[in-house]
Amino acid sequence: MTLDEIKQDQECEVVDINFEGMVGQRLLDMGFIPGTRIKVVRNAPLVDPVEFLMKGYHISLRHSEAKLVEVTLL
Amino acid sequence: MSNGSTKIMVALAGQPNSGKSTIFNMLTGARQHVANYPGVTVEKKTGSFRLKEDRIEIIDLPGTHSLTSYTQEERIARDFLLNERPAVVVDVVDASNLERNLYLTFQLAEMGIPLIVNLNMTDVAEKRGLKIDSEKLSREIGAPVVSTVGNRSRGKDELKKAIEMTLKNGQVTPFRIDYGEAMEPALSLLEKHLSGDPDLSERYPLRWLAIKLMENDPEAQKLIRECSKNGDELLKLVKEERNAFVNDQKTSSQKVIAVARHRTAEGIVETSVTCEKKTGKTLTDKIDQAACNRYLGPVILAATIYLMYELAIVQGYKITEYTWPLLAGFRDIVASLLPSEGFIFDPFFRSMPIWVIDGTIAVLNYVPIFLILFALIAILEDTGYMARMAFILDRIFRHFGLHGQSILPMVLGGLFVGGCAIPGVMACRAMKDEKARMATIMIVPLMNCLAKIPFYVLLIGIFFAGCKGVAMFFISTITIIIALGVAKGLSLTVLRSRPNAPFVMEMPPYHMPTFQGIMRRSLERTWLFIKKIITIVIVVSAIVYLLIYFPGISEKRNAYYSDRADQIQKEFFKETGANNPYADLLAGDNLSKFAGYWMDYKKAKMGAGKKDAKEAIDKKFRERNFAFFKIVKKGKYEVDGEIIKDKHAMKTYKAYKKLDKERNGLRRERREETIISSFMGRAGRFLEPVTRWAGFNWRVNIALISSFAAKENSVATLGGIYQSSQEDKEETLEQRIKKKETSWTALHALAIVLFMAMYPPCIATLLMVRVETGSTKWMLFAAFYPIVLGFIISIFVFTGGNLLGLSGFQVMILFYLLAIVFLVSMGLIKKESE
Ligand SMILES: Nc1nc2c(ncn2[C@@H]2O[C@H](COP(=O)(O)OP(=O)(O)OP(=O)(O)O)[C@@H](O)[C@H]2O)c(=O)[nH]1
Ligand SMILES: [Mg+2]
Repeated sequence: MTLDEIKQDQECEVVDINFEGMVGQRLLDMGFIPGTRIKVVRNAPLVDPVEFLMKGYHISLRHSEAKLVEVTLL
Repeated sequence: MSNGSTKIMVALAGQPNSGKSTIFNMLTGARQHVANYPGVTVEKKTGSFRLKEDRIEIIDLPGTHSLTSYTQEERIARDFLLNERPAVVVDVVDASNLERNLYLTFQLAEMGIPLIVNLNMTDVAEKRGLKIDSEKLSREIGAPVVSTVGNRSRGKDELKKAIEMTLKNGQVTPFRIDYGEAMEPALSLLEKHLSGDPDLSERYPLRWLAIKLMENDPEAQKLIRECSKNGDELLKLVKEERNAFVNDQKTSSQKVIAVARHRTAEGIVETSVTCEKKTGKTLTDKIDQAACNRYLGPVILAATIYLMYELAIVQGYKITEYTWPLLAGFRDIVASLLPSEGFIFDPFFRSMPIWVIDGTIAVLNYVPIFLILFALIAILEDTGYMARMAFILDRIFRHFGLHGQSILPMVLGGLFVGGCAIPGVMACRAMKDEKARMATIMIVPLMNCLAKIPFYVLLIGIFFAGCKGVAMFFISTITIIIALGVAKGLSLTVLRSRPNAPFVMEMPPYHMPTFQGIMRRSLERTWLFIKKIITIVIVVSAIVYLLIYFPGISEKRNAYYSDRADQIQKEFFKETGANNPYADLLAGDNLSKFAGYWMDYKKAKMGAGKKDAKEAIDKKFRERNFAFFKIVKKGKYEVDGEIIKDKHAMKTYKAYKKLDKERNGLRRERREETIISSFMGRAGRFLEPVTRWAGFNWRVNIALISSFAAKENSVATLGGIYQSSQEDKEETLEQRIKKKETSWTALHALAIVLFMAMYPPCIATLLMVRVETGSTKWMLFAAFYPIVLGFIISIFVFTGGNLLGLSGFQVMILFYLLAIVFLVSMGLIKKESE
């Protein structure tokens, strides 16, 4: 499954990133690499974007970007 | 390395918000020079400090998470390190987020410049229970590690010492990341081939270059192509190596490199950091529970925006009421130094400078607003709330090619009625998404700036008197609707090829901003604005002056005005009566001297409030010229405690009052004729056959064209054109327009108002657009598309309304509904996927 499918307060672990180029590089730089644990903190009031907690800091992605991150639910 | 007087460069690099600028200020004592990087909108700050007998120049690089070539900031930071080769790089690291920050540290180390790791925000780390063993860390990275608390200037001397030592010794042990068994052979091979080319090996760190090539970095490839004689060969080799790697490992090289860096960071953190307490809910978490809450979040956001608007625009505007007299006083001082006013005709070297000064102080008048605004923006940025704003609003704005961060520039530009496009455009700087940033810059001027308001109020007062509230609501919301539509249109067409940054946004912990930090930023940006804008405003308004007042009226017409001037003067002397001593007093040159006195007295009286103040003014003017004083007091004055009634002075007063009025009328008439026959006026008449379809006659055309210099002029120009008739009664401008334009309907007014709503940005804003986009072409585009758009809308409304036989009010409602339907359908257009 992909990161955009994870519900609020659920935790998951990154399996892979399915994209190259700018977006993929940016996600890699921010630490979306296999093994990283991610918790969904909350959705924005209009559902999109989503705020995540990983490695002690908060980061928000749009669904369109979160879709590129493959995860497994913990 | 350090020798005597040569300039030694030290660069500050680090991730966003790690405290680079704070460290910069700590080292330099805030003696800094802020400029833009050429052609881009990222600020370049340089400053200097003394280190023994050397002067160190220090450069504050933009904050970046990494050093790829995908974003402007990263390119700038990287190109600087690559091409300028500073003697030392100080990597400002957020100690409370060490692992993530090290990711950049490694890349800085790879660039082969002596490195110092500056552990900043150690206070925050401590509060979170993190204990960092800086000696271990230093050994692991092979670079000196210095702990600081930037905003309290703690660790300043140690940092300076470390810089001094590093300058002396250079790097001790350059740090290398092990990219793994699969990658390292490829890197070595590439490095070997690259070293064969002296053009490259002399100028660039080769291992770094090899890594970038394996990462498929487009700029690195360009560099090879441009610098190396056998670049094609090298690139072919790179491609082979990369393909082989992918085939072998079944994964991309970028991924492997990024993972290696993150894992190394993890390892280092594991050995050198101990976490002493488990963190529960932080304060940030608690605040965000409210600030990003589904229901409360938007309310807090709206309240914040409203507060900003209220403080900066409304309260700031009130402050300008106090600062304006200062500017006006300056203008009067300059005016008194210029050649004096003629009876009818002012010399060029008086009217031109005054026009230019008026244009300039009209812009300077907004400085208090800017100061408040920039301080508030700095607070939003520093506290971290800006990111939350974008988080909440992104969904809406994204549909129109904008970004959550577009909200702030739009508010500043006048999303609610009343703002200023200049700070609005400047505020776009904070936006990372290039496409959304350009779109926002282009639509901010469509908001309702303060200068448009008097014009709206005037026309609404005449033609929508029965429904002022509805009409005002219409104007303030229709501009948003149109602006969003325009943004979408632009991003689907001219901006289509612009890079669309991925929305990967950090939500930083909330910070308490420091007072000095906020003030410094506010002053810095205001000063930058003044420096940039003022000289050009002066030049351009001088040009506009020439267009409005030249080529001037014919000799014959001039003679006609002189004749009439003589006539009214003669009449004046007739009316004062024979044997009037004051008439003799005012003969010849003294008449214009008296005119000045008269005007000064009137002005002084107008500004005076209390009785005391009035008496003081009287005293002053009495001393200045007692005879004149008798006249302006209508012949009633005091001598030695006795009140005297002077009939002659009284008569002179009455006659002069009439003369003054006639003179003003004559001057206005002459001015109008000059404007009509000027280049600008000719353009207005020339355009009438076309603008008729939008309901504009040539008078409106002139008012519209001449308000280009500054929209504040629009009402003044209308006032000039719709001069009051010679009869005595005082009429308001509303009444005059109504009288002259009997055929006008609300439909005319609606078309004009809509055109004004779309009016091209003022010169100062255009210059800011030039600065922020770094392109003259975009500036011209920002000037012309609103004209075309406004004109189309006005024709549509006016001609359409006429054909359908609808009233202005009906058309207003209809147009509004159409605009909403149009907007919604625009919002539904999906951008084609990449
Ligand atoms: N508690 C604490 N706050 C700090 C420290 N250093 C800086 N700050 C604060 O952190 C915030 C960000 O600092 P800046 O200096 O603007 O950070 P920057 O790295 O220049 O940020 P960008 O230019 O956006 O990349 C400011 O509000 C500072 O006052 C520190 O050592 N401790
Ligand atoms: Mg900074």
